[in-house]
Amino acid sequence: MARIDLDHIRHAYGPRPTSAKDYALKEVHHEWNDGGAYALLGPSGCGKTTLLNIISGLVQPSEGRILFDGVDVTHLPTEKRNIAQVFQFPVIYDTMTVYDNLAFPLRNRHVPAAEIDRRVRDILEMIDLSHWADRKARGLTADQKQKISLGRGLVRNDVSAILFDEPLTVIDPHMKWVLRSQLKKLHRQFGFTMVYVTHDQTEALTFADKVVVMYDGEIVQIGTPAELFERPSHTFVGYFIGSPGMNVLPARVDGSQVTIGDQVLGLDHAPDIGSAAKVELGIRPEFVRLGREGMPVEIAKVEDIGRQKIVRARFAGQPLAIVVPEDGEIPTDARVRFDPAAISIYADSWRVGKEA
Amino acid sequence: MEKTWNNKAWFLVLPVLVLVAFSAAIPLMTVVNYSVQDTFGNNQFFWAGTDWFTEILHSPRFWDALLRNLIFSLVILAIEIPLGILIALNMPKKGLGVPVCLVLMALPLLIPWNVVGTIWQVFGRVDIGLLGHTLEALGIDYNYVQSPTAAWITVIVMDVWHWTSLVVLLCYAGLVSIPDAYYQAAKIDGASRWSVFRYIQLPKMNRVLLIAVLLRFMDSFMIYTEPFVVTGGGPGNSTTFLSIDLVKMAVGQFDLGPAAAMSIVYFLIILLLSWVFYTVMTSGDAQA
Amino acid sequence: MLELKNVSKTVGAEVHIHPCDLVLQRGTLNVLLGPTLSGKTSLMRLMAGLDKPSGGSIHFDGKDVTGLRVQERNVAMVYQQFINYPALSVYENIASPMRIAGKDAATIDREVRKAADLLKLTPYLERTPLNLSGGQQQRTALARAIVKNASLVLLDEPLANLDYKLREELREELPRLFAASGAIFVYATTEPSEALLLGGNTATLSQGRITQFGPTIEVYRRPVDLNTARTFADPPLNIIELTKRGGQFLRQDVEAFAVPAHLAHMADGPATIAFHPHHLALAPAAPGAQRVPVRTLISEITGSESFIHVDFAGVRWVMLEHGIHDIEPDRAIDIYLDTRHLMAFGPDGAAIAAAPAAAA
Repeated sequence: MARIDLDHIRHAYGPRPTSAKDYALKEVHHEWNDGGAYALLGPSGCGKTTLLNIISGLVQPSEGRILFDGVDVTHLPTEKRNIAQVFQFPVIYDTMTVYDNLAFPLRNRHVPAAEIDRRVRDILEMIDLSHWADRKARGLTADQKQKISLGRGLVRNDVSAILFDEPLTVIDPHMKWVLRSQLKKLHRQFGFTMVYVTHDQTEALTFADKVVVMYDGEIVQIGTPAELFERPSHTFVGYFIGSPGMNVLPARVDGSQVTIGDQVLGLDHAPDIGSAAKVELGIRPEFVRLGREGMPVEIAKVEDIGRQKIVRARFAGQPLAIVVPEDGEIPTDARVRFDPAAISIYADSWRVGKEA
Repeated sequence: MEKTWNNKAWFLVLPVLVLVAFSAAIPLMTVVNYSVQDTFGNNQFFWAGTDWFTEILHSPRFWDALLRNLIFSLVILAIEIPLGILIALNMPKKGLGVPVCLVLMALPLLIPWNVVGTIWQVFGRVDIGLLGHTLEALGIDYNYVQSPTAAWITVIVMDVWHWTSLVVLLCYAGLVSIPDAYYQAAKIDGASRWSVFRYIQLPKMNRVLLIAVLLRFMDSFMIYTEPFVVTGGGPGNSTTFLSIDLVKMAVGQFDLGPAAAMSIVYFLIILLLSWVFYTVMTSGDAQA
Repeated sequence: MLELKNVSKTVGAEVHIHPCDLVLQRGTLNVLLGPTLSGKTSLMRLMAGLDKPSGGSIHFDGKDVTGLRVQERNVAMVYQQFINYPALSVYENIASPMRIAGKDAATIDREVRKAADLLKLTPYLERTPLNLSGGQQQRTALARAIVKNASLVLLDEPLANLDYKLREELREELPRLFAASGAIFVYATTEPSEALLLGGNTATLSQGRITQFGPTIEVYRRPVDLNTARTFADPPLNIIELTKRGGQFLRQDVEAFAVPAHLAHMADGPATIAFHPHHLALAPAAPGAQRVPVRTLISEITGSESFIHVDFAGVRWVMLEHGIHDIEPDRAIDIYLDTRHLMAFGPDGAAIAAAPAAAA
């Protein structure tokens, strides 16, 4: 296992990038802990796969260095970096048995036969394919094949890092739960450094200790799931994490007073918005309280999604989403209150802290 | 998957059915007809039963030609398939090299059989041919008109030159359809170059290789033009293949009956061997 | 109205669809929910007329259309893969079904612009599909299905290949689009949460059988059998085998918890009890919550919520709790079960008595 240092890395796919726009990956300068579970989360085209490929060595960064445990590996090819990787679509060796598929990376590295057998049996148990060990891999279903791919990624215990590139795309929802918690357990048990690329917030948040949110070639926030949820540092993080995402309402700030349309709210601090051109108030639907007191709101639609209800409303001329628990009631003449601790103020899309 | 029943479909395939009937089925029936009769010209026919078949199957001339055919096809396959795979593996996967290589590979395929024969006939001549003359000058005894070995080598080299590209193109098509992730995974798994070939490329080329082997087998088994143009079946009978013998018999000696019987035997042999190839090569799929 | 009467499909010895009956009304959105290979696509192909049923008949507005080919039915289909004409512009892609139908240029132009506006494609009309993002490509396919003005629109996991957040947005748009036309919409998905977000009606499928059909939230709250309940649960359902004796549910003769009022009429004997993860809580929030001692396994945090995996008497459960709770693994804790929402199933898997409406 290794610590990963990303030292001023930038990447452009075209030759001779001149402006910031030419970079698919804008400057990344971070240190990732040995044994950490990191998720790279963002929409397609945000640069997360580029960053993963730079770590795995499939892409050479245009600028900067990458270090594993302080050793510069920037110019090492993939096979010399001692990593494991699981791809989005199943990669299996058709003509081999399930067992041989899993043993393959170990045999290539001349691991003793007894050790191979022990590890392969462990993994087979974990991915629940023990009964299929002697079957040819070709005839299996897509999710069984993907389980083999996952297993091959996990079978070695001497790797610097295990990289996952949207590995659960082809897996059925129920199986996703099982595999995800198994990955998590494995991480706890062996302390692999894991990097997991996904566009699915549930996967990212449940898997990782630290989630790296990327947007438009930039890392906009690195934080624990709780930090991302409670204090999104960019309106994009607020929008992207949580479903529905954070309500972002255009606002005006005067000292500790916020004005949204014709509504005025008092804050417990005066955010320093500087000379920002655009000021917004962010509040998550979970922290909007629906009741008989507070500010007027006009309810447009109620979506009952089983364990909770999503209320779509208009507040001061803006759309507002509100989450109400399963047994929660929706009064006819409804009013809303914002949980003051959960309000964030954004100046030009970046969060302005309390301390400022 | 079962499709909705549709009568219009028959109208669409009708032209092909008619074409096949006139180009294959009806001539075949004619051949069957000839094979069981005898004629002395004047369109007079006598029932001959299975006599022609008995005669053909007991003639050493037939068995010699058949053996030559088998050896030729096996040699051709043994050279062209591995060579084709090797070239395909080393062809560029992207960039400007791709169209250049593809055009170069397609060139021999565009040349008609008899032209290929003529080119090589001239090329190999000791008096005026570049190849023949050079070899002669180097002190190598090469003369396809006199030496059976030289004649065989010439015909084989000609066929390899002409047809390896087909194998290359088929294999290349199979190779480029392999997603990049497979190569990346193999690198990460620490697979050797041989493992990549053995466990990724070869299994993925399985289908096209089957087609390549079948096509090349059937085609080489029916070889006619090249030896006919270059060696005319000689020296002696050393390059007289079944097809050449057949033509000699039918057109040269006008022995229509035996020739017809021989074509049927010939046809059945090709069918049988192709089936054997097909069964052997697809047996791996059935297990999976 | 689309009616499937005793429709079945077998291919060789394999049964793809067991005989089923289904009636879909005009202007409704109907979700087919089930895992991969449960028969969703097979059923859609039968509805579309791409396959002929092995038995039974299909009626549209009372007319028997069983043998009718897909070209002769007024059907539009959108697939998981983004299928567009790569050489045509987005405009021409959307216009194509109307060109085939021989509509006049003015109508085509009006309809294309309307659909493009609805699906936010107006800025991309002149581009070709391959120069668009996945979401835009799929919106083009959806727009084409809409302008076709089909009476039956089949959507086979149309959002499966899209980014999570984009899925969320399109999911919100789709019911609106459906409401506007009077067509029958059929939407296949593997994800229970998608069915719940879309609303409408849901048919749950399991191994080629339709296990239940009804308003989505009804099927979710009152599944007719354990299989349906299991299909329609994400996070997975918590299940436990118990024996009812009087006012108690026993497990290995030890009291697990008291029988709630809505299940009091149940006969004594073995039963399968199931409930959703959000009916477990760390604190007794709901009245009548039952204390349950468990051992913790792992916690997963999604920000707003935590999934805490626990072990109760050798059975693995998931608890969904609001807020952040990173609980150490392998600890003995007490959690609380809101027994008002328990579902009970008999030994044959059929629901014995679902939670009464008052409690839901």
